[in-house]
Amino acid sequence: MEFKIIMPRIRRELYNKEICACSIFGAMNRDGERFTGAGVMKAIANMHVRGNGLGGGFAAYGIYPQYKDYYAFHLMFTGHNLQAKLSAKKELDAFLCQNFDVVYDEEIPHGDEATVSDPPLVWRYFVLPNKQGEDAKLSDEDYIVGKVMVVNTKIENAYVFSSGKNMGCFKGVGYPEDIGEYFMLDKLYRAHTWTVHGRFPTNTQAWWGGAHPFSLLDTTVVHNGEVSSYGTNRWYLEMYGYACTLQTDTEVIAYAADLLMRRQKLPIDIVAKILAPPIWNAIDQMNEKEKKLLTTLRMVYAPLLMNGPFAVIIGQTGKMIGLTDRIRLRPITAATRGEMFYISSEEASIRLISPQLDRVWTPNGGEPVVGELNSMRKV
Amino acid sequence: MARAVLSESSLEVKQDNQNIEGLEIDATDLGTKELNDQLRDLMLSGAKKVSIRNVCGQRYIGTRLYTPEHLEMEIEIFGTPGNDLAAFLYGHKITVHGNAQDGVGNTMDAGKVVVEGRAGDVLGFSMRGGEIYVRDNCGYRTALHMKEYEGKRPVLVVGGRSQDFLGEYMAGGIVIVLDLQDLAHEANFIGTGMHGGVIYLRGSVKQSQVGGQVDISPIDEFNREVLDQYVSRFLERFPEIGKSKEEILRSQFVRLTPKSKRPYGNLYAY
Repeated sequence: MEFKIIMPRIRRELYNKEICACSIFGAMNRDGERFTGAGVMKAIANMHVRGNGLGGGFAAYGIYPQYKDYYAFHLMFTGHNLQAKLSAKKELDAFLCQNFDVVYDEEIPHGDEATVSDPPLVWRYFVLPNKQGEDAKLSDEDYIVGKVMVVNTKIENAYVFSSGKNMGCFKGVGYPEDIGEYFMLDKLYRAHTWTVHGRFPTNTQAWWGGAHPFSLLDTTVVHNGEVSSYGTNRWYLEMYGYACTLQTDTEVIAYAADLLMRRQKLPIDIVAKILAPPIWNAIDQMNEKEKKLLTTLRMVYAPLLMNGPFAVIIGQTGKMIGLTDRIRLRPITAATRGEMFYISSEEASIRLISPQLDRVWTPNGGEPVVGELNSMRKV
Repeated sequence: MARAVLSESSLEVKQDNQNIEGLEIDATDLGTKELNDQLRDLMLSGAKKVSIRNVCGQRYIGTRLYTPEHLEMEIEIFGTPGNDLAAFLYGHKITVHGNAQDGVGNTMDAGKVVVEGRAGDVLGFSMRGGEIYVRDNCGYRTALHMKEYEGKRPVLVVGGRSQDFLGEYMAGGIVIVLDLQDLAHEANFIGTGMHGGVIYLRGSVKQSQVGGQVDISPIDEFNREVLDQYVSRFLERFPEIGKSKEEILRSQFVRLTPKSKRPYGNLYAY
């Protein structure tokens, strides 16, 4: 698949090195009660020093109950002026009308543009697939994934950054608490699960599409760390039709999760062993059955091993999963309080919004912690 | 060098306030720098004991408290202190009424830290003196590159268990992990690259859990005295544990020491 990455080279400015890392945070009400983004914004702001203002974002589950049966596309149209953004939108609108039934669309409400740097035009569309010809054989999800890839690779300056049902991502360049305020997440939305990210980009330039979360359908990923196997992962995923266009390593984790969990229907315990497999020494210590399973997984899915340090929160409808690399080179703390389930880079952020906790622990490297909705009734 | 610079600008110490006690800082909405500024000001004005309330993620608490006069202070923390608590600590006593995050005692030089809860990753990283007592568990890479030199010998006692890479590249000091709940040590890569110091584990550990450079041996009379001393100090700080020293010391212990003080000697000598 051929596509062009446009990355204007600007004069490099040296900045004072600060000791930072990304911050991740997630909160889930396992009873499905929905709450505003105010709490998670406060929590991520408490880890302000981990980021450097070059990216922040949120994934929110359960925010569009009135449109819950439609796929909610969040689009960003970039460009140097409004004209360029509108022309990208025009092209996208034509593409959507050909391939989907759009039931409603609007600009995503936001605050004063002066408070953030270089915001794109951000629009949402609620759509149903309108499958024609050969495409009629595809499942709705495969159809959506295919079309998202077409938009992201073929339509200049238009990016789908959220495409699930009854959920949505909000992201941009800035500190996460500022991005939350820009999209008014503390006022306009109520979700049963929120994941948040504060970014300290290490390898690529900061831009709105490169902020976390990364998502495809209802799978979202926020990530602290680096995927040094990005190249291998990316080529492998391209064989399955996933095009990495957003210039950030985390993108491959989102697509790997979609491939393994949605298309291949593997349970998270197995997926964790693919993304963060035990090292060979540890496999040698296992019993024959486990040894066979782990050896097979490592051979079949070698190109999906995520090498390098990482801690991620993977969100899906009804699920919030925390996972680190196998030797936990990035921090993760999990906690519960009643029906609330939290995952964070630092415990203090959890305590800030929930001073009393029933249980706090730091999961072992490579072992997923999973929060699941007890009931979908109220969602 | 850093010390020389600090001693030049040595601030005046008010001798008449030697006994100020019961001072309190409310850390609500205070940043890392503001909180540590206040702590330093209080110490320089002669405070001997300070409580900090509502701590929530502020880092480096206790770090900037070096004075050429070796002023010492007791600091009580209520809340959750941020990363690198007691980094470079120089002779103070810090008590955390709750859990601590990553990097407690990073390159700590002297003093005492007591955590009435759990500690995160890299606890006691590069520690070179003083004592740390953690009531519950600790995370990955505890005592990473802990070291000792002549009279300076750091001590770390953990009441619960450690996760992987305990004592990685350890070069000195004493680490005691008590596993008081008898859950058995599950950590792997214990003592990988270890070339100094000693780790005592209550219970036992498999050869496959420790690094190739590590000897596992039973404890002798001398080791028992060491354990006796530090387990007593540990229990003094956490009476809520409700176990007697005798009961703990009766259990089996293993001692992990490096096979060689220069494991890479052949690699780099030419």
